[in-house]
Amino acid sequence: MSIEVKGSFLQESHEELERGHDYLVALAGNPNTGKSTVFNHLTGLKQHVGNWPGKTVARAEGTLEYEGNRYKLIDLPGTYSLLSNAVDEEIARNFILFGHPEVVILVVDSTCLERNLNLVLQVLEITDRVVICLNLMDEAARKGIEINVDQLSRDLGVPVIPTIANRGEGLKELVEAVAEVASGRTHTSPHHFSLKPEISKALDKITPYLEKLVEGLPNARWVTLFLLEGDARIREALETGELARRAHVNERVLKPKMSELNELYGLIEEASSSIWEPIHDYIVTSIYADSEEIASRAIQHAEKDIKHDIDAAVDRIVTSRKFGFPIMAAFLIGLFWTTIVGANIPSQLLANGLFWVEERLASTFGAVGAPLWLEGFLIHGVYRGMAWVVSVMLPPMAIFFPLFTILEDVGFLPRVAFNLDRLFQWAGAHGKQAITMCMGFGCNAAGIISCRSISSPRERLIAILTNNFVPCNGRWPTLILMATIFLAGIYPAKASSLLAAVILAIITLVGIFATFIVSALLSNTVLKGESSFFTLEMPSYRRPQFLHVLYSSFIERTIKVLYRAVIVAAPAGGIIWVLGNVYIGGSTIMATLAGSLSTLGRLIGLDGMILLAFIIALPANEIVIPTIIMGYTGASVMTEIASMAELRALFAAQGFTIVTAVCLMLFSVLHFPCGTTTYTIWKETRSVKWTILSNLIPLTVAFIICFIVAQFAYLLGFG
Amino acid sequence: MRAVKSDIPLRKKEEHTLADIGVGEKVRVLELKCEGAYRRRLLDLGLIPGTEVRAVMLSPLGNPMAYEIRGSIIALRLEDASKIIVKQENEKERVKGAD
Repeated sequence: MSIEVKGSFLQESHEELERGHDYLVALAGNPNTGKSTVFNHLTGLKQHVGNWPGKTVARAEGTLEYEGNRYKLIDLPGTYSLLSNAVDEEIARNFILFGHPEVVILVVDSTCLERNLNLVLQVLEITDRVVICLNLMDEAARKGIEINVDQLSRDLGVPVIPTIANRGEGLKELVEAVAEVASGRTHTSPHHFSLKPEISKALDKITPYLEKLVEGLPNARWVTLFLLEGDARIREALETGELARRAHVNERVLKPKMSELNELYGLIEEASSSIWEPIHDYIVTSIYADSEEIASRAIQHAEKDIKHDIDAAVDRIVTSRKFGFPIMAAFLIGLFWTTIVGANIPSQLLANGLFWVEERLASTFGAVGAPLWLEGFLIHGVYRGMAWVVSVMLPPMAIFFPLFTILEDVGFLPRVAFNLDRLFQWAGAHGKQAITMCMGFGCNAAGIISCRSISSPRERLIAILTNNFVPCNGRWPTLILMATIFLAGIYPAKASSLLAAVILAIITLVGIFATFIVSALLSNTVLKGESSFFTLEMPSYRRPQFLHVLYSSFIERTIKVLYRAVIVAAPAGGIIWVLGNVYIGGSTIMATLAGSLSTLGRLIGLDGMILLAFIIALPANEIVIPTIIMGYTGASVMTEIASMAELRALFAAQGFTIVTAVCLMLFSVLHFPCGTTTYTIWKETRSVKWTILSNLIPLTVAFIICFIVAQFAYLLGFG
Repeated sequence: MRAVKSDIPLRKKEEHTLADIGVGEKVRVLELKCEGAYRRRLLDLGLIPGTEVRAVMLSPLGNPMAYEIRGSIIALRLEDASKIIVKQENEKERVKGAD
């Protein structure tokens, strides 16, 4: 699957869409209507689906074959309206207007028909090649909503196919309907809403002029409407010649002349002054009048809405003053506890197995008489680095990700955002930052990409710069290990895993706290400004699709993240071995480097080796602990590293104390982002300044916090 | 306990906004006192004059409030909600757009 990122206006390359398919089909709809689920079922791709609006931030593409024809499907980000100009919604708008789709599938949430019809009626103005996918029919049934599909289809004038996409129901019929419409076998006669005479007249007058200015522009009438409405982005696209480029795919197009533009703008101004009501108000009001009528004809509220009542009752508890925060804390601790307890034994088994293999490999090398340095580099370096990462990371991830995915699918994240929003208001940040923050738990790079759903550039930047303060999966192993062996390890096993979970939750809260403080500092200094409006849709709770959860979290997240970790860990293991075994002037390179960082490290409760490990682990946080271990043990062979007690003894021998463990955890949560994340920040901001700051800010915070904690602890006589 | 910031646009005393209503209360939208992208979004969500809105839950920290609008639940910060002029369901019909 290729997910392409479309940063600027109308940028998508047209030629690439033209090749290798018979029909181009766009998949559009309101946010959170199950578009991605429909897309996955139709194309067989496994795009991750979350139960929160704004999941698809870039468009995804896939293909489908039916009756010998190839259909290219484009999954567009959710949008409430074509008239809106939010950044993520623009992708959808531009594709429907200028992407020349042969068919548009509109995925409609049948529990919320009226509002969804707003977009439907707008799209029907543009194209008659539309198929309505009336999705979430099961949810509607649970809510006591019965929809007369034939009536709806007659009123809209296009095929309406009822579906339950997560069970695959109705999708065969959907494909058939798409094929019928694509081939022209089904004739549609879409509903049109009537425009006020003065607007129609203005459009009649200006549209031909625009068509002359930008020859071959698709949907020129709509573009005129946007111009009439004062849409700054469309105006810009017209002036820079981007609109014209869109119309003439391969030809060189000159920018429109200033005099021609001025003439057009003159006409527009003249027309706008004669239209009293804001055009957007007028259009939406008249669309909703039609929507209400169509919806009321199609809907019968048959039974009492039990699902609604249950949802409301759950919501009252989840967002209550008494239980709201305890419930979130319980979920956080529960998530960590299950991960720690569940990962314990599989981790041990994996480690035993992999290190058993290492011994066999080493003896094979010895038997064939391979040089010692080669054995060291390949087996005690490359292989060990990989084995460590696999055994330490695989089990926790295989537990953590499915659990997290379930929370996501159920619809818990928007509630978290709802509960925490006041704090983001206080920090001058956007309410959606809570959701981007949650994404960061999986991977900060993913969290930073999800910041695109924040339309205000100022608040988006704040969300990007602070995303790193939530620990990603690459840092969990470090945190879990420290929490388990140094803090909780002193207690009996059962109590210790719960204690470790609580410690992890506290460390996570420290990171979240840092997010608020740094966001507030930024929005009071370099990124001054009022927080912009935001609307957060709270979807109904949905039963997670367990098979899908297993697949998407295991294959999509666990394996991919692990793959990346291994790819990085293998060469890093080799490099670490070299650093630890090449002697310059009597000591290894690693010892020399660690020695020079020693004073600085001690100042903040760490040591030189730990600091060096964080620097070496820049490509991937996963290898911090393996680097420290290899640094401590040097060339000596350590096969029994799987045993927690041995590990604790090894660390203790190097002067590790509780203070070291706490500072290491704090530093891990607060320090600079990994290489991949930094690269993502650069890609998303295109600014060297902000990319550097995104590293400097966390580094400074990490130093200050660790310094205070360490010095305070030393004063109190710890460590 | 509800904190409404002071940057609310000036309005007549008897005017109620969406920020003034409590959980469970049902009102009708009279007018939107905001412009630009926010106005567009509210309209697209179906908050056009005459629409029935019900407050369904308040965040544990007292802000934002979630409202049921045309069958979906949308959370708004109170500062934003205060730009939506509403009338209580039982109140007498007032002249629309009298400002």
